[in-house]
Amino acid sequence: MERMPPPNRIGPLAWARANLLSGPFNILLTLLGLWLLWAIVPPVLEWALLKAQFLGDSRDDCGGEGACWVFVRVHLPQFLYGFYPEAERWRVNLGVALLAVFAVPLAWRRLRENVWAWAALFLAYPLLAWWLFHGGLGLPEVDTSRWGGLFLTLVVAGSSMAAALPLGILLALGRRSELPVVKAVSTVFIEFWRGVPHITVLFMASVMLPLFLPSGVDLDKLLRALIGVAIFAGAYMAEVIRGGLQGVPAGQLEAAKALGLSYWRQMRLVVLPQALRLVIPGIVNVFIALFKDTSLVLIIGLFDLLGVVQAAVTNPQWLGYAIEGYVFAALVFWLFCYGMSVLSRRLERRLNVGRGAPQELA
Amino acid sequence: MNENQAAVRFERVNKWFGQLHVLRDVNLFVRAGERIVICGPSGSGKSTLIRCVNRLEKHQQGRVVVNGVELTDDRKRIERIRREVGMVFQHFELFPHLTVLENCTLAPIHVRGMARAEAEALAMEYLSRVRIPDKANSYPGQLSGGQQQRVAIARALCMQPKIMLFDEPTSALDPEMIKEVLDVMVELAASGMTMLCVTHEMGFAREVADRVVFMDQGTIVEAAEPELFFKAPQTERAKQFLSQILGH
Repeated sequence: MERMPPPNRIGPLAWARANLLSGPFNILLTLLGLWLLWAIVPPVLEWALLKAQFLGDSRDDCGGEGACWVFVRVHLPQFLYGFYPEAERWRVNLGVALLAVFAVPLAWRRLRENVWAWAALFLAYPLLAWWLFHGGLGLPEVDTSRWGGLFLTLVVAGSSMAAALPLGILLALGRRSELPVVKAVSTVFIEFWRGVPHITVLFMASVMLPLFLPSGVDLDKLLRALIGVAIFAGAYMAEVIRGGLQGVPAGQLEAAKALGLSYWRQMRLVVLPQALRLVIPGIVNVFIALFKDTSLVLIIGLFDLLGVVQAAVTNPQWLGYAIEGYVFAALVFWLFCYGMSVLSRRLERRLNVGRGAPQELA
Repeated sequence: MNENQAAVRFERVNKWFGQLHVLRDVNLFVRAGERIVICGPSGSGKSTLIRCVNRLEKHQQGRVVVNGVELTDDRKRIERIRREVGMVFQHFELFPHLTVLENCTLAPIHVRGMARAEAEALAMEYLSRVRIPDKANSYPGQLSGGQQQRVAIARALCMQPKIMLFDEPTSALDPEMIKEVLDVMVELAASGMTMLCVTHEMGFAREVADRVVFMDQGTIVEAAEPELFFKAPQTERAKQFLSQILGH
């Protein structure tokens, strides 16, 4: 007769016994945890929800002991769009919607292998978005100094991520190149930009870059910041990707060579797909850091979400609601970063990173 | 093709790894359609020798001519030779992120510029020949070692090479899987393929090889028909080697 494995002990009681009360020290920790929950959760809930004020449209509606979310409600358009003219905000909405239109087709495998689909996303979309957001050619112009809020955060974060990946791949490949000049240039580039504080990069982009440009050429301040952030992000990403490249066995490259594939095809078809999926967690880590670092553009006079919130908090008419403002900003940042984290775990599962690894480890 | 035409010609080939002299004045002439088994103790340079044929290793002195084309640093020339030379590795080196079918169609599509449908038909033909067509949509990680190595052979054949290199194709396999791979290699030999095999499978050498090349310390010590080589090795070193691997 076939022998069955011993039955698992199940049920909440058995679970609690095994996980919470398995010894005097664990019992102590469990009690401490419960006490902390009791001490923290009710007051927070009370402040944020139960005693909070949600409705209204002026400061007079605030009062009471809880949070006054009216502050966020009143400033919401500003938090989202900065000082973008109200009549033109549809362009921002349309631009964000268009990103989905360009990105969604890549969920299909056949299209993912299509160069044009990627070219549309990485080349056509940025140009289209720039025209939509900035204007010209039939649309009223909106100077980048009026861009702000979550919109600006997304523009800075999105373009730095979009630039970081290709630039990082090229730099990582360059650093492992057999050509001494390519290798040296890549290494120096990476080590220089990685070793400089992000804030310094932004200052350099904003103050020093114009000095190197020919006179008469006036690059937009935002564009200069984007270039600075992209270079910085690329250097960081390069080292993450290099880690992945080192994880691909040498035999894989030899097999690709032996089949007669050219260098770029060896990389594109064999090495990079394996290297990138090895370092998805690292890539997402850089992406999340980049997203949060967008706040640094404040120091060169651009108002991202946090900048706009800070401006609203210090508005004399609305003094005293800083906590609500910062909690809101934190929540929005957290939602985006956690979203990226969830997406990356889904991607990892789908690409089946642990293929062949023992199931118990999962 | 002329029977006497050279598929591969080594002329006084030398190579060093750092200070280590791994190939010393190697001369070897492989006729088209000839089946060569290369054996010798580990570190004798046999893998390095066949890896010089498709430039996975670069020789430093002498000439290597493959299908009438001399190997130089010219990238285009190297890629041209690699298109005509298939290789099978000890550890299979299938691409784990691609299915068996995609492994087989990758090079025909991206190197030969073949249409996908045509490449897939060709791949299925070779997968049938190595008796594994039912695994076309599996991933390499789901196959046994023997199955993986047969797919690796099919992948190389899909480029319809003129020469096949085998670098210890059965050394990493469990004993019960060696035969299925050798059977495929024997069939391939019967089809008239030019083959250079580094292997310790002396039964295989006896059955299919036109010549056995015995190497030691970077030189070709003996090259003879298997009958002669196994019965009457000329050198003391070869006798010793044979007694060691056939002795039990």
